Amino acid sequence: MRVVFGIFVVVVLFTAPGQHSLASEFVHISGGEFRSVIPEGEDDNRVAVADFLVQEAPVTNAEFLRFVLHHPEWQRGRAVSLFVDDQYLSTWTSPISLGPQSGPQQPVTQVSWFAANGYCEWQNARLPSWYEWEYFAAASESMADARALPEWRQDILSWYSQAGGHRISDVRSGPANYYHVFDAHGLVWEWVDDFNAFMVTGDNREQGGADQLQFCGAGAITMEEKENYAVLMRVAMLSALEARYTTRNLGFRCVRQGEISQ
Amino acid sequence: MRLATTIITALAIALAACQPQPVGTASGRAHQADTGGSAAGDFGPPQGDPIHAVLTSAPVVPPSVDRDYPAKVIVDMEVRELDMEITEGVTYTFWTFGGTVPGSFIRIRQGDTVEFHLKNHPDSKMPHNIDLHAVTGPGGGASSSFTAPGHEAVFSFKALNQGLFVYHCATAPVGMHVANGMYGLILVEPPEGLPPVDKEFYVMQGEFYTVGKYREKGHQPFDMQKAIEENATYVLFNGSEGAMVGENAIKANVGDTVRLFVGNGGPNLVSSFHVIGEIFDKVFQEGGTRYQENVQTTLVPAGGSAMTEFRVEVPGTFIIVDHSIFRAFNKGALGMLKVDGDDNLSVYSGKEVDNVYLGDKVAADELSIVSDVTQAEITGSATKEQRISAGRVLYNGTCSVCHQQNGEGLEGVFPPLANSDYLMADTRRAIEIVLNGLVGPVTVNGGPFNSVMPPMSQLNDDEIANILTFTLNTWGNEGDAISSDEVTEVRAATERPEGAAH
Repeated sequence: MRVVFGIFVVVVLFTAPGQHSLASEFVHISGGEFRSVIPEGEDDNRVAVADFLVQEAPVTNAEFLRFVLHHPEWQRGRAVSLFVDDQYLSTWTSPISLGPQSGPQQPVTQVSWFAANGYCEWQNARLPSWYEWEYFAAASESMADARALPEWRQDILSWYSQAGGHRISDVRSGPANYYHVFDAHGLVWEWVDDFNAFMVTGDNREQGGADQLQFCGAGAITMEEKENYAVLMRVAMLSALEARYTTRNLGFRCVRQGEISQ
Repeated sequence: MRLATTIITALAIALAACQPQPVGTASGRAHQADTGGSAAGDFGPPQGDPIHAVLTSAPVVPPSVDRDYPAKVIVDMEVRELDMEITEGVTYTFWTFGGTVPGSFIRIRQGDTVEFHLKNHPDSKMPHNIDLHAVTGPGGGASSSFTAPGHEAVFSFKALNQGLFVYHCATAPVGMHVANGMYGLILVEPPEGLPPVDKEFYVMQGEFYTVGKYREKGHQPFDMQKAIEENATYVLFNGSEGAMVGENAIKANVGDTVRLFVGNGGPNLVSSFHVIGEIFDKVFQEGGTRYQENVQTTLVPAGGSAMTEFRVEVPGTFIIVDHSIFRAFNKGALGMLKVDGDDNLSVYSGKEVDNVYLGDKVAADELSIVSDVTQAEITGSATKEQRISAGRVLYNGTCSVCHQQNGEGLEGVFPPLANSDYLMADTRRAIEIVLNGLVGPVTVNGGPFNSVMPPMSQLNDDEIANILTFTLNTWGNEGDAISSDEVTEVRAATERPEGAAH
């Protein structure tokens, strides 16, 4: 039954007209200046973000399946172990079929930074930088930057307050935010291009900074907007990762420079 | 509450009057040389085969080390994020070391080399790490153990100092990780071991901050603002309100010497740790090496510990509290030590007060009755019989402390509800009293009462309806069922003084 299901999915993917309808649309984000929780320099935590395009939702299992069918070197069992850990795509029933654990419209998880990067390159895109991610994820449904709103924070914290292990929802299950971006919060963690740069930033600034995010008092030392626990926890999560790691709640989306091609 | 206070006072007086066991020559190590601290704690490289540490969940403590050489001890600890009951009918997402709050108890010997394996379960959402206060080194192991979900970190340390140490998660935001239950105890025994006792238990306090009020039903998320304000919703021993009461009470026999390994995870509050009706013969303050003797209440800092020892002379139920006493009676900081054996009337002769305290607790198998009727209430199908059964459970948990389990109250102090002319005369007034309390003189069944009943602000409308339906239809009373709508209506219609609970 599983095999049949797998074949069925493959057939659908290859025969469906207008394959692009399966892929997440890119939406345009007008850049600007904003206050990041991770300051670039000594005193100034204002950072500038240029215009960019971002996928409106995290990459789904169906989309990623299409990728590994085109790029067998990224299939489970074939991907180089330097680039993926042994849980890579482990929720799929086989290297080329999703199975009951992994719905086609669920965000793909158990993917490494390298694999996510490979997917984005295939899409002529790249992973977002932290600042880009932070910028579009600062929005609520009606505001471009809702980070100061207690309700916005509590919404995010309440996702943290649900134990993992439950089935992850499909993408676009919740409302879109101000930029028409879905699932920035409340669905999965997302890779960013420079996920491991937080350490370097810390190191550059002060003695012993490299470890700061990792233990007691860390948040109190370097983070701006300390009350913004919701974002702080995402930073903590990202800084726990290595590029070959995969986890059950970690997915990604791609960004691209330039205009939307019609 | 007042009765409880009266009893505590009575016990204190009774104990003050009795003679503790002879002190003898037990002056402890007061005149001994110091232990030498960490400089004297390295007994060379580990010897023998590696040992896998026995880890236990509270209140159980692993067996004593019983070894005369330093060993390599392997500790396997798994981090789980789990939905568990914090009190009856209320769930909370705990982040745990080993699947329990507090985390697994670790017991090693001074000089041991610990190889620590921290595994973060694949279902976890968060990265976690561990800071063991028993570690000498930056971050206490935290920076070496930072672990993403589905991964494992391994680090080693040599336990140079003896003592009872807290461990906790130190991943940013640290406060939230600790507030969700990520703490436990590691005991580093002195080389010669601890003197044997009859019973050892693991008790750890911690407080919780939920969006809903104390005992508000359903799944309760963490409330960051309350945590910052240090306004705890629950203060608990061993991670849930029922963890150490009723069937889960810790148990000993008359004549036993009991040792409590007491920890306080915080995140914010320090504990005034006290066992009602006992005096600690010894307290190793702050989990250190020296002991104080004959202590009533010992302060346990957040992120700190204490080791207490006492001999139990008489049978009965001894209530363990944080003597910052509103926490005990209104936030859950209450446990029980049940001592079996023959009475020793020369030491203590008094009325057994077991029921009073038991009354505040509800047996686990009775909880389903309450949740069933809550469900029925949502669907509008709660019957009078269901309300009466659920009301009985709630009554025993809340009201029986004063009004007594048989509804007869106490003459001149707590008015009777059984066959009560005052209660049956006006049900709306009864709702008002439960909601808002009652102060001043009343006459019930011909007898005068002049006392104070506090507003039962922890009860919701549904619970009040159930309790009143029970009292109006029990002990010879015959009345109607009260619906939660009636309570809601009275609540809305009553003006309450500013500051009174809603």
